[in-house]
Amino acid sequence: MSELLLVSIMIGAIQSGTPLLYATLSETIGERVGIINLGLEGIMLIGAVVGFVITVLTGNAALGVVAAALAGALFNMIFAFLVITRRANQLACGLALMFCGVGLSALIGAPFIGRQIEGLNAIKIPVFSDLPFFGRAFFQHDILVYLAIPTAVVIWWFLFKTRWGLSLRAVGENPTAAFAAGKNPYLLQYQVLFISGLLGGIAGAHLSLALAHNWAEWMTAGRGFFAVALVIFAKWHPLRAIAGALLFGGAISLQLQMQARGVPVSSFILDMLPYVLSLTVLVIWGRTSRSAVPGSLGRVFQGTE
Amino acid sequence: MKINPAPLLSFRGITKSFPAVLANDHIDLDIYGGEIHALLGENGAGKSTLMKILYGFYQADGGSILVNGQPVQIRSPHDARGQRIGMVFQDFILIPALTVAENIALFLSDLPFILDNDAIVSRIENISERYSLQVKPEAPVWQLSVGERQKVELLKLLLADARILILDEPTRSLAPHEVIGLFQVLANLRRDGYAVVVITHKMKEVLECADRITVMRRGKIASTLLGAEATENTLVSLMFGKAVAESPQRRGESPPEEGIPFLELKGVSTQPEGTGIGLKEINLTVRPGEIVGVAGVSGNGQRELGDVVLSIEKCARGTKYLGGQDATRWSVAQVRNSGTAFIPEDPLGMAAFPWLSVQENMAMSDVSRYARHGGLSMDWEAVRTDLQASLKRLGFQIPPFYVPLGILSGGNIQRMILAREMAHNPRLIIAFYPTRGLDVQSAVAAREVLLASRDAGAAILLISEDLEELFSLSDRLAVMLRGEIVATSAPRDITVQEIGYLMTGSKGEGAERG
Repeated sequence: MSELLLVSIMIGAIQSGTPLLYATLSETIGERVGIINLGLEGIMLIGAVVGFVITVLTGNAALGVVAAALAGALFNMIFAFLVITRRANQLACGLALMFCGVGLSALIGAPFIGRQIEGLNAIKIPVFSDLPFFGRAFFQHDILVYLAIPTAVVIWWFLFKTRWGLSLRAVGENPTAAFAAGKNPYLLQYQVLFISGLLGGIAGAHLSLALAHNWAEWMTAGRGFFAVALVIFAKWHPLRAIAGALLFGGAISLQLQMQARGVPVSSFILDMLPYVLSLTVLVIWGRTSRSAVPGSLGRVFQGTE
Repeated sequence: MKINPAPLLSFRGITKSFPAVLANDHIDLDIYGGEIHALLGENGAGKSTLMKILYGFYQADGGSILVNGQPVQIRSPHDARGQRIGMVFQDFILIPALTVAENIALFLSDLPFILDNDAIVSRIENISERYSLQVKPEAPVWQLSVGERQKVELLKLLLADARILILDEPTRSLAPHEVIGLFQVLANLRRDGYAVVVITHKMKEVLECADRITVMRRGKIASTLLGAEATENTLVSLMFGKAVAESPQRRGESPPEEGIPFLELKGVSTQPEGTGIGLKEINLTVRPGEIVGVAGVSGNGQRELGDVVLSIEKCARGTKYLGGQDATRWSVAQVRNSGTAFIPEDPLGMAAFPWLSVQENMAMSDVSRYARHGGLSMDWEAVRTDLQASLKRLGFQIPPFYVPLGILSGGNIQRMILAREMAHNPRLIIAFYPTRGLDVQSAVAAREVLLASRDAGAAILLISEDLEELFSLSDRLAVMLRGEIVATSAPRDITVQEIGYLMTGSKGEGAERG
């Protein structure tokens, strides 16, 4: 019984952690280039609904994932235009984007509420999936789960080993210096926010296509904001984000398991669990992480004249 | 000195205006390879603007730039680098969180997409050896001293193949022996045919290092002369167009009275905040009628020292006395009410409110003094009278009182802050770089005010990077390094060179060159 519980919490942690990881990576690269995007929740919702609708209409979940990623990226371009070209306040635009995403996704998804889809199915890895405990916990997941950690590694590699990543980090630290070094901060920020939108869309698609297999209004339930907290927890590092996403995924999974098993605690308190965890993280990390914050996070590059 | 026959770079009729000021007025200037060309002028003469146009930060309203005789369009720093022009800015624009190698790699456009760290490091070491610009490539930039950061900036430009190097105020915040090292590096560059443009307002250094000197005044070129022919007098008259008031002389050698010190710090330490530095066991006294000068390279605890005195930062250990009373736990308001004036390092950031009017700014430091009807109204007439009187006493011009302070020039803002802080005959004055950004005339006036206040019995803590200013004003000098006071001395018992070594913590290497 307890082994079964452990396996189901583990599976839950990985399943719930996957969209969190994609979302955290999305936010991480955005913040590395100096842009704090509170609209991530909205991007995930757009990704979730577009992925779901396309999958229903075409019956092809892979196409759904691609559509979700592109929809997330395009939606994020609205935010990019506001904060980069129009030099608007990032926090205000982010919140506006989030509420816009909530409304727009509800509108698009309304005719599809209640539709069940097959979505993304688990792919069993031969041999490994037959292992007693580990087989079920680690080797019977959908494709997006398997790709999550490699994605984190690829982003780490781009950030720290390539010229593009160096320029990107430089813009996040000091756009004027990057400009003086001959880089184009605006272009880099647009590029990064496009990729950030792709990742946010994929995060949403995993929720609707792999976890829920249906669409519900505001199904992200604040996961976009967890991701913002997770970026701080991970100290703006893509590899540390893996551990953070698993931890938070575990908290969500634990809460669901406890509710499913009828633990005699108010369900409202259980619902709070992941959020309390994220508050705790912010309290503990709040002051110590100062050196890791990109130097110009949240500030708008004003040009030179 | 060998000058190539054709200029490497020419300005023709460059004009640039900002709202209400004509920064460059039809500038014609030729720069040759193999020369160190100094661009001299007081603040606001237009030298930085001209160079920023060259580097693509600003667009000229009119005129053209020729490189090797060919007219070129420079719309961004990227274009400038394409013309092999490089610039070292006054405030270095290195990224502290990145390493030296990363900062340099950021600047090089010929690197492969996947960075090869070892190759970059060996390229850096090659060049740094040739021009004696040693730095540790793997060190994060925030660990470097100002002198080392400057070396990184120069390395960046050299590795990026620049031929025309522009240095904006390169000797600001360098210790004297570091300045000598820099001039050595510049001489090596000249030998290899680089064109070096040094923007500065320090005449002595110009005379020491430059082959040719161009003096700018109010957006125009006053004259270009050969370094060998220039004298301090000719340069001064070119810069200002009229005789300049003499710097005030230090009062006679009267020793400070042995009264109770107005400010006394005993074993004061603070917690370092962020990337800042903590004070360690500071012992310092300032008596009425004495100026104590604090020398040091910026970022070695001077700001924290001022903050502790004002109670902006708390003492972790130690005690602070003001006027003989234990003031360790006083609030900022209590400290200020005890008669403390504060002229901060960065007036716009620390002491002024750019969108409030000049008179509102004036009232802000002492709201209760001007409040009427229990704070329901303000006595603006009194504010204006006090400000006017104070400005007059300082010999400053009186600006309109209703405009937002932020639209005044940097020098004018500094004048207003000085006037405000000196208005009520303070007993203790904490002055950070009180003459930074002021033109020579106003700086002289500000120094005279400090001396007059001292003679009237005020205790003054003067924190400055300008060693000449410290030497001419201070009764005692303290040198800060990494949050500690490493030496105290009367100015007559110590030389500028010795202070320089103390400031940088070096044990006098290169002293034979100095």
